[in-house]
Amino acid sequence: MKKVIKFFYLILICSFFFSHSVFGEEKTKLLTTDWSFKGFFGKFDRGSLQRGYQVYTEVCASCHSMKYLSYRNLSETGGPEFSEEQAKAIASNFEVTDGPNSDGEMFTRPAKLSDKFADPYSNIEEAKLSNGGAYPPDMSVLVKARSGGADYIYSVLLGYEDPPDNMILDDGVYYNKYMYGNKIKMPKQLYEDLVTYSDGTPATPEQMAKDVVTFMAWSAEPHLEARHKIGFRAIVYLLIITVLVYFSMKKIWSRVESEI
Amino acid sequence: MSDHNYVPSSKLGKWFNDRLPLLTLADHLKQYPTPKNLNYWWTFGGILTFCLITQIITGIVLGMHYVAHADLAFDSVEHIMRDVNYGWLIRYVHANGASMFFLAVYIHIFRSLYYGSYKAPREVIWIIGMIIYLLMMMTAFMGYVLPWGQMSFWGATVITNLFSAVPFFGEGITNWLWGGYSVDNPTLTRFFSLHYLLPFLILGLVILHIWALHVPGNNNPIGIDLKKPSKDTVPFHPYIVIKDLFALLLFLIVFAFFVFYSPNILGHSDNYIEANPLVTPAHIVPEWYLLPFYAILRSVPDKLLGVIAMFASIFILVILPWLDTSKVRSAIFRPIYKQLYWILVLDVLILGYMGAMPAEGIYLLIARVATVYYFVHFLVILPLLGKREKTLSIPVSITEPVLGGSPSPEAVRERKEFS
Repeated sequence: MKKVIKFFYLILICSFFFSHSVFGEEKTKLLTTDWSFKGFFGKFDRGSLQRGYQVYTEVCASCHSMKYLSYRNLSETGGPEFSEEQAKAIASNFEVTDGPNSDGEMFTRPAKLSDKFADPYSNIEEAKLSNGGAYPPDMSVLVKARSGGADYIYSVLLGYEDPPDNMILDDGVYYNKYMYGNKIKMPKQLYEDLVTYSDGTPATPEQMAKDVVTFMAWSAEPHLEARHKIGFRAIVYLLIITVLVYFSMKKIWSRVESEI
Repeated sequence: MSDHNYVPSSKLGKWFNDRLPLLTLADHLKQYPTPKNLNYWWTFGGILTFCLITQIITGIVLGMHYVAHADLAFDSVEHIMRDVNYGWLIRYVHANGASMFFLAVYIHIFRSLYYGSYKAPREVIWIIGMIIYLLMMMTAFMGYVLPWGQMSFWGATVITNLFSAVPFFGEGITNWLWGGYSVDNPTLTRFFSLHYLLPFLILGLVILHIWALHVPGNNNPIGIDLKKPSKDTVPFHPYIVIKDLFALLLFLIVFAFFVFYSPNILGHSDNYIEANPLVTPAHIVPEWYLLPFYAILRSVPDKLLGVIAMFASIFILVILPWLDTSKVRSAIFRPIYKQLYWILVLDVLILGYMGAMPAEGIYLLIARVATVYYFVHFLVILPLLGKREKTLSIPVSITEPVLGGSPSPEAVRERKEFS
């Protein structure tokens, strides 16, 4: 009888934690793809990161900043791993404001590896003015700042549809199946062959979305590869030492009459 | 204690020990007679000490790189995550460490509830423990504010606003807490200062907690008083040390899975958005370990009464040793209390779940029922139950349960099951 009660109690607790579907309203199921960086040994796909950077810089960067990234990050291990020369060449395409110089003047110069990614706008107000009052969020940590993470952003990028008949949208507002409230001020961005990948990968919207989200996932978590690697080693080490300590414990406790 | 006559073997040791008896203390800790039937629920004391020290060490390192300023805090956290060597590791250990700390402390508290460890002569240990728990909640809350994300800011706003429910002085108190007219830079800097201070107060209280423990000695799964030292006890070292170490390692494996493979799962994604006083998040939720109290707070329609109920739910635990009138400690020998104990566990879990849900409709109703039950359990059931319950007969010692006590077969069977 007691066992039966215990069993039911366990079932009750378990069902309670999986009860989201019972209590919560059905959410739109997010799109997903085979992310290279998920799982215990997950690493970023270098090609995808480099293509993702291309999509970011050719498409997103005209409105979205990535203020926590520096050009040097592009050549660091665990990232897109452009060569240092490539990263320098990329940086030199951008103008940054520096100064004041000895004349007390601010001046512009080509960016160096140590510079942060150039901002598309000089301030939030300018960004809002150019985007119908909406501020394009900084993309550096966006993957971590949205519930659903990479899947969510991937879904939003591909979630543009015609609005349902009963929905009237204002000018400059678009319907998106996955966006919170289904309304978004960013128009659809990813069209077939919008960019030309130098490695010959066909630039489908799905491919571009996957690449740019992979790039964003890296920028949100630049040490992810190191984390996975160290984590695996740490856990293996812990398991080994746990087994050793277990046997020592058994040995020590064998001196007294007791169970452990 | 039995170790007053400890004499260090070396001359230098003796010279020092005569002036400051640290070696006597070390010997006491080593010899400390511990019940030999302690189960793994008793290993969480050691685990908690480890958690506190980990939090302090990682916290000190983070404090070297963190900037407590409303305009710079969020950026400085990103700086830690990106540019500080292994900064990501230290921050994730610290952030998840807080959750692991609470996980361990909840197990520790519920262990005490099950085996009646709070009862005489251990009331002071329990009360110190409750003060530690309260300080932990304050520390964790203020720590969560420091990254200055959306949830930090709005969590701070909601919690500090609770004090505005105080009659007459409410507004004054909140303004005093904020250091201004809203949560802003002065709030952040004082939270940082206090977040740095409180752990050391906790450390001091932990020492008192252990000191108070070493006066009566550990409770044990069958909840009887033991002769110490005797056949029922083992010296703390090496028996308990190695067992605590084994349990700690298992705990660390779980800890490592969080830190390395899902470091953000216990946090809220909104906290990676920089604080913005002009944009309120859709749902403001505290960290998981505060959810049961949040549910109690929201289940009362009146703000002041809600705040009172929330604080009462903690205060009630402080006076628990006097609410529980049963002379029998361990739930093993209290058949009805044992059932009610598990109902209470479920009740608190339900409260936690409801704390995460919007306070409306069915959620609110369930939260209210669970809140009422929580108070009924402590204020009505426990005092009455202690007087009425027919307890099982209790063995006289761990090693010789059959002699003298003539315990029922039920008791013997139960004991095997739990020790």
